[in-house]
Amino acid sequence: MARIVKTKIEVEGRVYEETVVVDGEEPPVWEEGREFTQVGKPANRVDGRERVTGAAKYTYDVQPAGMLYAAVLRCPHPHARLVSLDTSEAEKLPGVRAVLSKENAPDIGWYGGAGKLFDEELRFAGEEVAVVAADDLDTARDALKLITVEYETLPFVTDLEAAARPGAPQVHPQGNVLKNDGEEGELYTRGDVDKGFKSADVVVEATYRTPTALHNSFETHGAAAAWEGDELTIWESTQYLFGVRGRVATSLKVPLSKVRVISEFMGGGFGSKGQTLKTPVLTALLAKATGRPVKLMLNRHEENLLTGNRGETVQRLKIGAKKDGTLTAIDLEVLYNMGAYGMWAGAVAGPAKELYSCRNVRTKTLGVRTNLGTHAAFRAPGFVEGTFPLESAVDDLCRQLNMDPVEFRKKNHAEKDQVSDSEYTAKNLLQCYDMALEKHAEAGRALSTAPVRYRPSNLKRGTGMASQVWSGGGGPPAHAIVRLNSDGTVEVMCATQDIGTGVKTALSQVVAEELGVLLEQVRFRLGDTQKGPFAPASWGSITVPSVGPAVRSAAQDARRQLLDIASYFFETPAGKLEVKEGFVTIEGREESRRSIEEIISEIGDYMILGKGFRGPNPTEPLRTWGAQIADVEVDEETGQVRVLRVVAVHDVGRVLNPKGLSSQLYGGILQGLGYGLTEERRVDEHLGVVVNANLEDYKIPTMADAPQMLVGAVNLADTAANHIGSKGAGEPPIIPTAAAIANAVYDATGVRVYELPITPARLLEALKNRNQTES
Amino acid sequence: MQSIQRQEIQVTVNKEAYRVPVPNRRTLLDLLRQDLSLTGTKKVCDMGHCGACTVLLDGVPVLSCLTLAVTCEGAQITTVEGLAGPDGTLSPLQQAFIDCDGFQCGFCTPGQLVSATALLNDNPAPSREEITAYMAGNLCRCGAYSGIADAIEQAAEQGKEA
Repeated sequence: MARIVKTKIEVEGRVYEETVVVDGEEPPVWEEGREFTQVGKPANRVDGRERVTGAAKYTYDVQPAGMLYAAVLRCPHPHARLVSLDTSEAEKLPGVRAVLSKENAPDIGWYGGAGKLFDEELRFAGEEVAVVAADDLDTARDALKLITVEYETLPFVTDLEAAARPGAPQVHPQGNVLKNDGEEGELYTRGDVDKGFKSADVVVEATYRTPTALHNSFETHGAAAAWEGDELTIWESTQYLFGVRGRVATSLKVPLSKVRVISEFMGGGFGSKGQTLKTPVLTALLAKATGRPVKLMLNRHEENLLTGNRGETVQRLKIGAKKDGTLTAIDLEVLYNMGAYGMWAGAVAGPAKELYSCRNVRTKTLGVRTNLGTHAAFRAPGFVEGTFPLESAVDDLCRQLNMDPVEFRKKNHAEKDQVSDSEYTAKNLLQCYDMALEKHAEAGRALSTAPVRYRPSNLKRGTGMASQVWSGGGGPPAHAIVRLNSDGTVEVMCATQDIGTGVKTALSQVVAEELGVLLEQVRFRLGDTQKGPFAPASWGSITVPSVGPAVRSAAQDARRQLLDIASYFFETPAGKLEVKEGFVTIEGREESRRSIEEIISEIGDYMILGKGFRGPNPTEPLRTWGAQIADVEVDEETGQVRVLRVVAVHDVGRVLNPKGLSSQLYGGILQGLGYGLTEERRVDEHLGVVVNANLEDYKIPTMADAPQMLVGAVNLADTAANHIGSKGAGEPPIIPTAAAIANAVYDATGVRVYELPITPARLLEALKNRNQTES
Repeated sequence: MQSIQRQEIQVTVNKEAYRVPVPNRRTLLDLLRQDLSLTGTKKVCDMGHCGACTVLLDGVPVLSCLTLAVTCEGAQITTVEGLAGPDGTLSPLQQAFIDCDGFQCGFCTPGQLVSATALLNDNPAPSREEITAYMAGNLCRCGAYSGIADAIEQAAEQGKEA
């Protein structure tokens, strides 16, 4: 009997209430200390073979027979009005099969009504003007050059602070600053901040800047579409199959049941593929117009212009503490660049509100629109940006108070969530500090990575730390089906996504554990809206804690049915039977064991169908925690920072696959390192265009930049969070890295750099100021 | 618009011989992916920045996005699809990538594997520094570098034993 339950869900700093259908009983909690056969064991990727042989089919690799290739003509101006458009020459080019533009495409609203599929007003350099489908990609690109467009250029603004000022060129008629209930900005207050600062003995106040970071998923955004009659199949490199399905169905006015979305292998998303871009709708329209399948994959340049980014911030932060280290007040004001069509500001104030115990906190976040590509969630959106200033200021407080940074953090440990005034389901941040310190101490002196011939005295060493809070608790709805075939093989059907994180493997371990089979027996089918029930978007580190309990619940249902059937043939009550390694056994009688295949095949061609769901969340807030320590070597002559080592210990509940977790931590640290030292979108303010939209000039870390990484997890089940005790691990590790590096740079040089990334130019400038003060 | 010239070329890819007419401007990467449907080799930047499209051309690693197909007349090309044995047995390097979790999303993996294969062909027992220097041109956005380097070490170790 289905029940309706309301439950609170938090994703990436935004809390909302969800109405959930609970259909049956949830499995009992896997208590801490329980012995497992599959869960918690290091497992290789279940789809490793496909990934190392080139057999894995990504969206980019889809090529149905007769497929056409599409390319998009984009506005070169940051703000313009389309005066005239002539596509006739392009249409005449041999090999061109269709051209769509605002002249002939349906009028489809986009960006919550703030824009259109093809708009007359274009608000950033990169916005769609026309799209061509042709026999091959080169022909499609040739055709773009034959389209003549006349633009009327309009005043534009790309500078964040300039855009927030009165009188700035308007990106939209309703103004550049996002309004909440008619007021500019998002406000939060607890206690009395002014009183808090009066009682402080030391105060740190500064303005910090963080860059626009580009996701640069290696598989670009893109889609392929094919119609069969009135049924549409979309292949899309997406983090949210059902989001794409909904958007396509709404835009094209077709029923949900006639849209199928597939994304079996996905070449990275990091948040940018949670949204649905125009690509699936454009390909579907072109496929309809030509009667042939059409594929549109963005190129690297386009990927870096319009698929989202971590918006730049300017943050004015003031924090105060007493002589004994007690924090008395935090005051934060954030400007956040949302780009042209942003509808929400990143939760930059999250760490200020939650990371430390502090009675008096005031935050104000202003989301600002500019004539640049729209931002998107990027791995722990907001919290990465907000952690750098907070942890830099805390480091400064520690210096002024002559306090050890761990001692300071332990002193200001938040026992409960101060925003909701309630206990967390679990918090093991203190263990993170201790384990990280221990790992760091054990590791000894980090090896220098400077070239041997180059060892002058201007190399300075330093160590810094930072910590992290993030959600990652997931929630309903999520559903799954487990099929037990008559030959004993197991199929898990769930329309979730593995965006590269390895959840397919971890979730397979959960099913194998609950069902009592070997990991090799489980075939996990995901990435197809027609092959499984609903699962949520893979964002906010929610896939494991949302889908994990659902697949376990389905496996439990399948196991119960299997034992009911076995009970008949064993002539033993089901309660006295167990399933282990794919065999059913009467408890304590090993000789009685029979394989699942033997049992099911007794009743012919029968298939067991287990159904599972994700239950509601507890009322307490769910969080993940972590601490990182970075060792750096700074060349004071060149301004070069080398990260030698990063120690990372995180609390993400029970670890399902230690091998997969380590990979997540390594990846998070490296992206955090890039954010801290090299990654920065650059814009020509006079032209309003991005000048480094490629992988040469936008610097992501290479193997040579990778430090030694010593990673670990507290690995205690959060049994109040959900019945598998696990939380998400994808986002937590990127959060503290840049801040830890910045603090290590300070330790090495005595210089505080207030702007990320800490490039040689910025560091040399800061060092010059230090040297001038000293002399 | 100038008319595009075509030319028939003969290439051997993963020991299979092909004769294909190609436009002069077609890259080796597009030839592999579009014309031969060998989609294992990936297009990531299409500008020679990232190494994802690396293939072996007569045993030498090249960026297939910067190589024109017409210049490959008579060449022997090896892509990721050609690394496993004819019976599907994974090469020691492929197995080591799985064992060491030397990938996350897997999109750069074909290029990483081909570059690493070339490295071990040149230098069967590379030091960690040599691995880093050789592989630094193969970018990985997921940050699987330590697993990749571990995998190359594991495969090299196995090579020594063999």
